[in-house]
Amino acid sequence: MDNAAARAARTVPSIPRDAEGPVFREPWEAQAFAMALALHERGLFTWNEWAATLSVEIKRAQAAGDPDTGETYYRHWLATLERLIAEKGVTTSETLHRYRDAWDHAADRTPHGTPIELRPEDFAS
Amino acid sequence: MELRVRALETVLSEKGYIDPAALDAIVQAYETRIGPHNGAQVVAKAWTDPAFKQALLHDGTKAVGTLGHVGRVGDHLVVVENTPQRHNMVVCTLCSCYPWEMLGLPPTWYKAAPYRSRAVKDPRGVLADFGVTLPKETEIRVWDSTAETRFLVLPMRPAGTEGWSEQQLAEIVTRDSMIGTGLPKTPGAPS
Repeated sequence: MDNAAARAARTVPSIPRDAEGPVFREPWEAQAFAMALALHERGLFTWNEWAATLSVEIKRAQAAGDPDTGETYYRHWLATLERLIAEKGVTTSETLHRYRDAWDHAADRTPHGTPIELRPEDFAS
Repeated sequence: MELRVRALETVLSEKGYIDPAALDAIVQAYETRIGPHNGAQVVAKAWTDPAFKQALLHDGTKAVGTLGHVGRVGDHLVVVENTPQRHNMVVCTLCSCYPWEMLGLPPTWYKAAPYRSRAVKDPRGVLADFGVTLPKETEIRVWDSTAETRFLVLPMRPAGTEGWSEQQLAEIVTRDSMIGTGLPKTPGAPS
């Protein structure tokens, strides 16, 4: 058994491991990460504020039964983004909900293989 | 999740807070350009250039800044050196602070509660899970990152790499060896 396989075999399930593998499991995770970076560069928040809000979100999720294994990590990251931009008065959670529903609508009407675009009619509920 | 991300992105770009093209550039940079290469290059240089090593241990941010090719270095990068007497390991018990300018994006296990809680209580056990066994005499020092201070481990240069170029050396520096949960690849061993 080579070194990497031996190491993998010895790894306990409680520590999810990737061997230099992909750091994002899904593209939206990378997008969420990049948004935080861009907003930080713009000076919307400091990394201290970010870390404080993120740890609150993680604790909240743990209290609600989240296993906190790293798999759900970017959910907390996203919740932190949403919370911080609402706190900073950039937008409201109502607006975010409205856009979410609109994207949902757009996704429903767009056939497979076509890029999804948001149109005004998607906002009509 | 995807819808929430899309909603955020649309609202933020409509309000002019973010530029979608800039977002894509960031995503690409962290996926490919940055990776652990920057960190590996810094380590390889420290192995071959004693003056750089000294500067690096003295003020990580400043020393890395002199290399030029590394952008966005954190304000306070602290480099800790492994020796036969002391092995360093990095964790962020609070959340996942991580020197991503040097190492790319953090691996899932780094962000996971088991690592975050066990690294401090039982570092030797965690290292064993990663397949790393150190001599009993070696002290293990665990560094807890914060939003302001990030740590990078300077691993020991493996024996058998005398006369190697910086580039050759950089190739054996793994991401985990710079977090302290691994060691550099052994020369000649199958990778």
